[in-house]
Amino acid sequence: MLQFFAQHSKLIDEIGINALLALSLSLSLRAGSLALAQAAFMGLAAYVGSIGAVRFGWNLLEATLAGALAAAAVAAILALPIGRLRGVFLAIATIGFGEIARIAEINAPITGGAEGFSNIPNDAGTVAIYAALVATGIALGLFGRSKSALALAATREDESAARGVGIDVAAVRLRTLVAGAIVAGVAGVLYAHANFFITPGDFGFPRMEQILVSCVIGGVTSSLGAVLGATLMTVLPEAVRFLHDYREVSTGAILLGFILFAPGGIAGLWQRRA
Amino acid sequence: MILQQCANGIFLGAVYALFAIGYTLVFGVLDILNLAHAAIFMAAAFIALWLAGTGVTLPLAILAAIAFAGLLGVLLDRVAFAPLRRRNAGTLVPLISSIGAAIIIQGVFRGLFGPDERAFPAGALAARQFHLGTLTVGALDLVILATALGLMLGLSYVLRSTALGRNIRAVADDRVAAALLGIDLERTIALTFFIASALGGAAGILIGLQYNSVSTDMGGRIELKGLAIIVLGGMGSVTGAVIGAFILGLVETLAVAWVGSSYRDAIAFGVMFVLLVVRPSGLLGKRALRAA
Repeated sequence: MLQFFAQHSKLIDEIGINALLALSLSLSLRAGSLALAQAAFMGLAAYVGSIGAVRFGWNLLEATLAGALAAAAVAAILALPIGRLRGVFLAIATIGFGEIARIAEINAPITGGAEGFSNIPNDAGTVAIYAALVATGIALGLFGRSKSALALAATREDESAARGVGIDVAAVRLRTLVAGAIVAGVAGVLYAHANFFITPGDFGFPRMEQILVSCVIGGVTSSLGAVLGATLMTVLPEAVRFLHDYREVSTGAILLGFILFAPGGIAGLWQRRA
Repeated sequence: MILQQCANGIFLGAVYALFAIGYTLVFGVLDILNLAHAAIFMAAAFIALWLAGTGVTLPLAILAAIAFAGLLGVLLDRVAFAPLRRRNAGTLVPLISSIGAAIIIQGVFRGLFGPDERAFPAGALAARQFHLGTLTVGALDLVILATALGLMLGLSYVLRSTALGRNIRAVADDRVAAALLGIDLERTIALTFFIASALGGAAGILIGLQYNSVSTDMGGRIELKGLAIIVLGGMGSVTGAVIGAFILGLVETLAVAWVGSSYRDAIAFGVMFVLLVVRPSGLLGKRALRAA
């Protein structure tokens, strides 16, 4: 057992981080908005946390707090201009924001540019990652029982009706974006400290696609589903190594299979049986 | 110097335009964002490269690869979009299924051709250059520009003056009304995908020739720029996409001369972001599209 963990500790850490990212996006998806800025929030926090740790000697907790705070602040500012966008247009605008963030990371004088930023203290172990995941899970669980979760669901199902019963739709969207950014920020700092080396390319559109795929496969409205989806998406590429260069095909096929035949994702399969 | 940059911008813009037209055509007709468009762009370039490698003459290889791209687009619609259409799944689910399709196409081509960059066989490309005063223009660039402009004019003719074009415009305008008038929706949509993907494939082949480099991640580099172009032109507007593409091509090449290359790519996305917030209908979009 212990040997299993020792052999696969890197993969286990990766699952935890990807699960955090999927949870972060599922918040926005639950409010019905396809805001695809998670990878950008993640990258921003990763750079803030890493630069702080290397330049000012922050410990992991300080770096995580600073990174999450920075991501939250940027999300709050981003929420203003994109507040009125919906659907595909929101998706495109946030993808654009992500690209601007990535290009800024390449060109800013303190990030190490496209070659990456290294020597980040390697102090985010499995315990820290899973502590963050459990804490996020508990917070989301508590939130799921609250009135705000209903406001979120109402906003997703019918925005005008939600407005009609007195839900402040703009505030709901702002809060989910900021909360999602905090979770993505935590994941970003943990990612940086677990890998001790980051490049702007780690936080580009492919990363965003990976997060989205995890969420959709898991089932967009379920926390457990998001975690399971992220787990599947992290383990799958390792499990199909025998396919060599054809490996990616399995990811795409599973995504397409779920969308066409089980639109509720893993969580949907399980709820249908229950 | 400026003249040379402008010429380069026009060559770049022509290929951007071919790519963006396919993107915007599918959006105009179906209101969906087809993120597998860039994968087809890449696939066509590889097919042309492979055919040229087996000894097929270049023009024939290009034509065959364009046809392949069109058929791949029809297949894409059948597999990833048509089932969702029947289910009335809205506009966001197809976006995600197109990502799935893109990953599959990308995976297949990475499996077939490997992850490395490839070049066209030696001798397949004309290396001649023309000098007009201070301006240097490659023969290949001119062929690329002529091909791109020819395809665009052809599309414009099809859309304006043929029964198919009329059907495509009708379906884009109002799908329900078009069906009521007896237009075969599925056939029109399939042909739209054929045209859009053939043009996207042509763009991939031409870019592959221009840089003499084809790789499985070449699609990723143009995918998001294509988005910026169709937002700039007005989502769904073909003329808008062409204008947007030439603007972006010119701005990018001039930006290298004036502000350096480091923030070149940020221009496209900055413009796209601001436009979406301020004027989501773009330069030529007719509808108010905020709540699509």
